Amino acid sequence: MADLAVDLGFRKLRNPVITASGTFGYGLEFQPFMDLERLGGFVVKGLYLEAREGNPPPRLVETAGGLINAIGLPGIGVRAFREEVLPRLRDLDTAVIINVCGGDDDEYVRVVEALGRERGVAAFELNISCPNVKRDGACPALAPEPTYALVKKVRAATAVPLITKLSPNVTDIVAIARAAEEAATDAVSLVNTFLALAVDVETRRPKLGNVYGGLSGPAIKPIALRMVHQVAARVRVPVIGIGGIMTGTDALEFLIAGARAVEVGTANFVDPAAAVRIVGEIERFCEDKGIARLADIIGTLRAA
Amino acid sequence: MPIDPGARIVGHESWNDYHLLSVATPAVAAAAAPGQFVMVKVNDQPYPLLRRPLSIHARDGDRLEFFFKTSGVGTAILAAKRPGETLDLLGPLGKGFRPPERASGKLAFLVGGGRGIAPLFFLAEDLHARGVKVRVLYGGRTVADLPLRPKFERACWETLFATDDGSHGFAGLVTALFTREAAARRPDVVYACGPDPMFHALAGAVRTLGVPAQFSLEAIMGCGIGACWGCVHRLRKDGREAWVKICEDGPVFEASDIVWPEGT
Repeated sequence: MADLAVDLGFRKLRNPVITASGTFGYGLEFQPFMDLERLGGFVVKGLYLEAREGNPPPRLVETAGGLINAIGLPGIGVRAFREEVLPRLRDLDTAVIINVCGGDDDEYVRVVEALGRERGVAAFELNISCPNVKRDGACPALAPEPTYALVKKVRAATAVPLITKLSPNVTDIVAIARAAEEAATDAVSLVNTFLALAVDVETRRPKLGNVYGGLSGPAIKPIALRMVHQVAARVRVPVIGIGGIMTGTDALEFLIAGARAVEVGTANFVDPAAAVRIVGEIERFCEDKGIARLADIIGTLRAA
Repeated sequence: MPIDPGARIVGHESWNDYHLLSVATPAVAAAAAPGQFVMVKVNDQPYPLLRRPLSIHARDGDRLEFFFKTSGVGTAILAAKRPGETLDLLGPLGKGFRPPERASGKLAFLVGGGRGIAPLFFLAEDLHARGVKVRVLYGGRTVADLPLRPKFERACWETLFATDDGSHGFAGLVTALFTREAAARRPDVVYACGPDPMFHALAGAVRTLGVPAQFSLEAIMGCGIGACWGCVHRLRKDGREAWVKICEDGPVFEASDIVWPEGT
């Protein structure tokens, strides 16, 4: 039996498979389909301080090998999460990660202050990269300075480990990852979705109510993988790879490229048990190849 | 929650763009209720990526039937499936139609437009078995949009037909037929599924009559299980308006709770 454990420094995971924010509800939605304790961890849907409505529909459009969403981060807010959801998650033997959102820096701080002393929170993932809440996809993760400033403020407000989730819609993602690292993030996760557009030629209108949305799914995997490879080579903090992972092979590509763990997103929509299936596929790969410790293959990409 | 990755197609009838698939899927069939749906993966390729929602048309033992009209890549692939091939089904999902209280002897009108007739057969059978007097109003643009006419004619409840061009049954919209029939004999409850303009007209008609109605809404869905928040519709819930998930809180809603966009 291969050892699938990976170490994020602040936390050891039983395996590298985490489910991505916004694709896994608050975790409870998936209990009919899997034992959540088979996962390395899961990231709950992004939380603002207050409950939010999200964007007007249509919120989804499918494209070749991908999905563009403009959901707009609806959610139940911190209080309902703390009182109604977290008590049902905190005793699970898996890493429960809370995705943190904010309309401004102060709101991120207030969310982590409101949840930072709760038992059963493995880490906060700072969602500084959602393309669907401000005009033209604006978000802190588009430049190093606002990324540094925000992570530093949140860092000062909590002792809970921080994962900073990065946007791919930038000229130099390495510079932004380094800004997060300088501000003392414990890890970076990348990538969030690619800002995208789909057009209805009959009506000449955008297919999404929000005009632009974020592209995810198999279509983005090669670009995400390249970015993970670049960032992993240039930062010391652990990198969590995200982008179009549908199979164990996809996840292994990210690990070999330098990711310490991965997040599975869109695949959860297609197959609610996808993340657990991917764990099994990774395990079989290790057994077939005689790999005793999965961690040994992290960052082992060879020369071309 | 059953996932049946190997649901075997045992029958496929088609009429131009309309298709009726019969699928052997014991676990899903056993749990199914009228108004619920399944999410079907039409192939094992990354395109189309997502599952497609299909309402449950009928149940026959361990088989389910699905009635649909081709409208895009996913339904076109489904339309090419032949008996012996398999489908990957997730379901049954959602909250279906609620039968009237003290159902026996009540009069129910079931109003379906085009492919929206799909969930009403299963509902009609269920209501009939509960002793409800069922009257189905089945409308389409022309007689070619009423491919299930013989099936409804054979059933042990009454079905009236309407076509916009008068090629079969009542000449005009099914909602006009509804108004005429409801004036003759007021239903105790109304169930409907169809295109938005039909819902708009029917919502006004049932409000005027003061009759409770349940509408089954359709949406593009990402997951079908409430995780993606993609399939929302505006509804009145707990005294205020909100975007509500069709897959989880619906697809069937009280007509009086549904908020239609302005200008429709």
